Amino acid sequence: MGDALEMSSQTGGYYLPAPSYWPIIGSIGLFFMALGAVLMMNDGGTTANLVLGLGSIIIIYMMFGWFGTVIRESESGKYNHQVDVSYRWAMSWFIFSEVMFFACFFGALFYMRVLSLPWLAEADTQALLWPGFENTWPVSGPGIVDKFTPMGAWGIPALNTFLLLSSGVTITWAHWALKAEKRAQLVWGLFATVLLGITFLGFQFYEYYHAYADLNLTLEQGAYGATFYMLTGFHGFHVTVGTIMLIVILLRSMRGHFTAKNHFAFEAVSWYWHFVDVVWLGLFVVVYWL
Amino acid sequence: MEAAHAHEDSHDHAPPSGIVRYLTTTNHKDIGSMYLWFSFTMFLVGGIMALTIRSELFQPGLQLVRPEFFNTMTTLHGLIMVFGAIMPAFVGFANWQIPLMIGAPDMAFPRMNNWSFWLLPPAGMLLIGSLFAPGGGPGAGWTMYAPLTVQQGMGMDLTIFAIHILGMSSIMGSINIVTTILNMRAPGMTLMKMPLFVWTWLITAYLLIAVMPVLAGAVTMTLTDRHFGTHFFNPAGGGDPVMFQHIFWFFGHPEVYIIAIPAFGVVSQVFPAFARKPLFGYASMVYATSSIAILSFLVWAHHMYTVGMPVEAQLYYMFATMLIAVPTGVKVFNWVATIWKGSLTFETPMLFALGFLFLFTLGGFTGLVLSVVPIDVQLHDTYYVVAHFHYVMVAGALFSAFSGVYFWLPKWIGKMYDEKLGKIHFWTSIIFFNVAFFPQHFLGLAGMPRRIPDYSLQFADFNMVSTIGAFGFGISQVFFLYILLKAIKSGEKAPQNPWDGADTLEWTHLPSPAPYHSFEEAPQVK
Repeated sequence: MGDALEMSSQTGGYYLPAPSYWPIIGSIGLFFMALGAVLMMNDGGTTANLVLGLGSIIIIYMMFGWFGTVIRESESGKYNHQVDVSYRWAMSWFIFSEVMFFACFFGALFYMRVLSLPWLAEADTQALLWPGFENTWPVSGPGIVDKFTPMGAWGIPALNTFLLLSSGVTITWAHWALKAEKRAQLVWGLFATVLLGITFLGFQFYEYYHAYADLNLTLEQGAYGATFYMLTGFHGFHVTVGTIMLIVILLRSMRGHFTAKNHFAFEAVSWYWHFVDVVWLGLFVVVYWL
Repeated sequence: MEAAHAHEDSHDHAPPSGIVRYLTTTNHKDIGSMYLWFSFTMFLVGGIMALTIRSELFQPGLQLVRPEFFNTMTTLHGLIMVFGAIMPAFVGFANWQIPLMIGAPDMAFPRMNNWSFWLLPPAGMLLIGSLFAPGGGPGAGWTMYAPLTVQQGMGMDLTIFAIHILGMSSIMGSINIVTTILNMRAPGMTLMKMPLFVWTWLITAYLLIAVMPVLAGAVTMTLTDRHFGTHFFNPAGGGDPVMFQHIFWFFGHPEVYIIAIPAFGVVSQVFPAFARKPLFGYASMVYATSSIAILSFLVWAHHMYTVGMPVEAQLYYMFATMLIAVPTGVKVFNWVATIWKGSLTFETPMLFALGFLFLFTLGGFTGLVLSVVPIDVQLHDTYYVVAHFHYVMVAGALFSAFSGVYFWLPKWIGKMYDEKLGKIHFWTSIIFFNVAFFPQHFLGLAGMPRRIPDYSLQFADFNMVSTIGAFGFGISQVFFLYILLKAIKSGEKAPQNPWDGADTLEWTHLPSPAPYHSFEEAPQVK
C-alpha cells in the first residue's frame, strides 16, 4: 500500500453521504401507496383512499427532503468532478431504462397492428371467431360493437408537436445563457420552456376530454383505445414529471444556483426533456399519423 | 434528521448503533450483508413452499393441499426464489465485492444503494401478504401468463405492485453498479484488468436495466386489462394472450442470464484461487459473457414453441438458441483449462464451484435438448423442463452463491467457517439435489406435466424419491445456517488471505475482516 497516497486526490475526494433516513421513509411511503392502490382497485372505499393518500404524502415528503439534501450538498461544493461523472452515467442509464419501458408499449402496438389484428381477420380464424371482422386501422377489435372516431393527427397533436419541439429550442437557449452566465436569459428560457410544457399538458387534457365526450374514444376501445391512452398517457405523465423538474430548475436558477461550469442538475433535466420530446415524435408518427 | 444534517460529513465516524444503523446505512458492506441475509430468509421461505409442493407430490392423489393452493405455492415459490432469493444474493455479492475488487471507497450512490435494498422488504411483504388477500395468492405461475392473471383475485394485484417495486429496486441497484464499475475504479485498473466477477456484474446490470422496465410494462398491461378495461391480452379487442408471453419472455430470457452470469463471475474467481493458476482465457471470458448477454435478447420465443408460431420462426429461435451454447462452451472449457494441471485443493468453495461446473453443464445440455423444436413440443411443460431449470438455477446459481459465501466469508467476518462442516454441507447438498431433481428428467420424458398437484400411478416411484431428496436438500440448508452462525460466533480468526491463489485487491490489500471503510485512498493497480 506504499504508493497508494500518490493517487489520493483522485478517489480521496469522492463524497460519501452520512447515514440517511430518506430511503427508508421512501420505502414505507411506496408500501402504503402500492397497498392503497390495490385496495382502491378492489373497492376498498375510504380505507383505500386514506392508505393511498398517506403513502403519497410520505413520498412527497421524502422527495422534498432527499432532493433538498442533494441540492444543499451540491451547492456547498461537496461534489467533485468524479461525483459529477457518476451522476452523468446514472442519468444516462436511467433514461435508457425509460426508453425500454416505452419500447414495451410501442412493441404492444406493433404486435397488435402487424400480427394479432391481421390474424383475427384471416379466413381460418373467422370460421371460428367473429366472422366478417375487417381489419382496417384504426380499429378497436372484433368483439367490440361500440364505434369510435380516431384522433386526427393534424389538429391538436400537430400543435403539440410544435410546442414540444419549441420547448427543446427554448431549453437549449437557456443552456447557452447559463454557460455564458447570462442569468436573465437563463430564467426567461426556462420560464418559456415551463410554459410550453404546461400548454402541451393543457392541450392534451382537452384532447382526452374531447375524445371521451365527442369521439367515444375510450380506454375500453380495444387495440386502438388501449395503445392510444397507455402510450400518450405514460408520455403525458413523463411530461408532467419533466415540467415539475423544470420548475425546480427554474426556481433554483432564480435563487442563483448553478454556475457556468457546474450545473449537472440543469443538464439532467434537459436530457430528460429531450428524451420526452423524442418519445413524442415516435408517438406522433405511429399513434396519431400512420 | 437534524442530527443527520449536522453530520453530513460524518462518514468517518462510527455508524449509529442498533437497528438505526441498518435502516439508515450508506455503507456498501452493511447493505451487502442485508441483501445476503434477506436473500437467505427468502430462500428458506421459498424452500418451505417447495417442500409443500413436494409433500403434495409425495404420493398420487390429493392429500395435503387444495389444488388452488398448490398453484399458489408453485407461483410464489418461483417468484420468491427468482426475485427474492437468487437475485438479491448476487446483488449482495456485488455490494460487498465490487468496491473491494476495484479499489473504490464505496458504491457510487450510497444513499440510493440503501433504498435499493430497503425496497425489497415492502415488496416481499406485498408478495407474501397476497396469501392472505381475499381469494388467496396469485396462482397463475411465476410467468404470470394472461388470461389467467386477468381473471385472478386481489392477490394478483399485490403481486403486480410487488413486481413494480422489485423492478425499481433492481434498476436503481443496477444503475449504481454500472456507475461504480465505470467511474470508481482505482487508478491503473483498466476494464480488461478488472476481476471477472466485476465484468460479469457490469454485463448483468446492463441486462437488468434493459429488461426490468419491459417486465414492468407487461404487468402494467395486465393491471389495466384487469381493472381499466383495456384489451391488450383479449382478442375481442384485437389483443392476444400470446403477446403477454412474448413481452414476458423478452424480459424472461435475459433474466435467466441475469441469474447465471454473476454465478459465472463467482466461480471465475474461485477456480483460479484453488487451482493456483490464473484464469485461463480471461479476454475470451469477457467476450463470451458479452456474447451471451447479446444473444439473450434474441431467443425469447424458445420458451413458447407450442403456442403456435410459423415454422420459420421456430427454426430461427432454435438455431439462435443453439448458438448460445458456443460462448457458454467457451466458458466451460476455460474453467476446465483453468484447473487443468493446477495445484488443486478441495476446500468447500472449490467443491461447490466444481459441483457448479458439473451440474450447470448438465443443465446447459438439457437446455440444448429443449432448444430443439420437435423435442420441445414433446417436453414442453413437463417435469423435464422443471429438472432443466433447477439444474441451472439451483446447481448453477445457488451452488455458485454457496461457493462465493464460503470463499469470501473470511474477508467479510474475519473468521473461518468450519471446513469439515462445510464439506458435509456440500456433499449432502449435491447428493440430495440430484436425488430430488435427476428423477424429474425421467418423469418429464415419461410425460408428467408440471404445475399439477396430482399424477398418474406410473409416476409414483420417482416422485417419492424426488420428495425425499427435496427434504434432504432443505435440511442441508438449515445446516448451512448453523455453519454460518457457528462461524460468526466462534470461527477461527481468518488471516488476510486464507487462500493461496486468490490475488484480487480485497485479499492483497485489506485485512480480514475488511475494515468498515476501505480504500478511502485508492490503491495503485499495475
